[in-house]
Amino acid sequence: TEDNMEALRQRNYGPAQYSAPNKHLIEHQFSPYVNNGGTTLAIAGNDFVVVAGDTRVSFGYAIHTRENNKLCELTDKCIIATAGMQADQVTLHKLLRTRMVQYKQEHGKEMSTTAIAQMLSNTLYYRRFFPYYTFNVLAGLDSNGKGCVFSYDAIGSFERYNYASSGTGQKLVQPLLDNQIALKNQQVERLEDLTEEEVVTLVKDTFTSAGERDIYTGDHVEIAIINKEGVRYELFDLRQD
Amino acid sequence: MAGGAADCSFWERELGRRCRLFELRNKKRISVCAASKLLANITYAYKGYGLSMGTMIAGYDDQPQLYYVDSDGTRLKHDKFSVGSGSTYAYGVLDSGYSYDLSVEDAIALGRRAIYHATHRDAYSGGTINLYHVHENGWTKHESFDMNTLHYDVYGYN
Repeated sequence: TEDNMEALRQRNYGPAQYSAPNKHLIEHQFSPYVNNGGTTLAIAGNDFVVVAGDTRVSFGYAIHTRENNKLCELTDKCIIATAGMQADQVTLHKLLRTRMVQYKQEHGKEMSTTAIAQMLSNTLYYRRFFPYYTFNVLAGLDSNGKGCVFSYDAIGSFERYNYASSGTGQKLVQPLLDNQIALKNQQVERLEDLTEEEVVTLVKDTFTSAGERDIYTGDHVEIAIINKEGVRYELFDLRQD
Repeated sequence: MAGGAADCSFWERELGRRCRLFELRNKKRISVCAASKLLANITYAYKGYGLSMGTMIAGYDDQPQLYYVDSDGTRLKHDKFSVGSGSTYAYGVLDSGYSYDLSVEDAIALGRRAIYHATHRDAYSGGTINLYHVHENGWTKHESFDMNTLHYDVYGYN
């Protein structure tokens, strides 16, 4: 109705043709980027590392799929988990897989996790002026067999951490990990290092909490555990709402 | 290096590569002047592209030298610089305590204090304070301090 349209125009809701101050000249712009949502995290132990990512792909308020893999196994000691735009995630993983093969053929050995970490940074920076809309967490065992986690921004700035998270649920997950792994903001002391089982339980609980409050996180969590025996996967169910 | 993290880490690593190439081609170490100019020429080439870098190149060839290089393409030589979002706070402390004849020990204490005050007042600065002393035999890393520890335990603010 005319009253409704007037109200919409005043509050600037509704499609552009009703809410624009000028109803005739409307500027359209193609945006190459979209955020498909999702959360990833990784936690390093003394001789293992746990990486996880939810499996939901969103598009605005809709769900494209509940069964997507954010994790990519680069070597038997290294996994990358990527949140952000699914198209760039898939392209980036494809590129990295190719580079793994090329390195193996040229050097006769697998790339070390620290070398992959630097290579990913360079790969992201090469697209400095049209970035991959990806928020990466790289996790693996370093050359001493110790767990390591690297967290990246979209253009390749990276740093090694004991634990990291990224994606739409990062703001919910990171403070929880700060509290439970680094024991921040509480007067508790840890007597022994966390075991693999304890970390996996923590990861499941963390994703359950993130799935409750973040609308883009849910469906399933794909968890990968890397230790000296190799890589082991677990699929954990989350709320589908 | 201050400003964009990815820009700084990428181009400073590239600068390291270029300096190494200089050594291999010329069989001598590159001068601080030349190294800083390499970086400045790169940032000038990318002027207007949106790089964000505020850096200092500190070195010792025949004498200690300090250059400031930023993403506008500016390159300046001076004895004292402070760079970044908290630089104004650091300048306040630095300028009140500085003299050219400062001893190494006093200079280290002054530098640490200047950064500490910047981390305290600037929202974008914080965490750990690292300190390097550059001298004729290279560089020495000094003890890192968590800014919080300095605040409560060392400087005694409560």
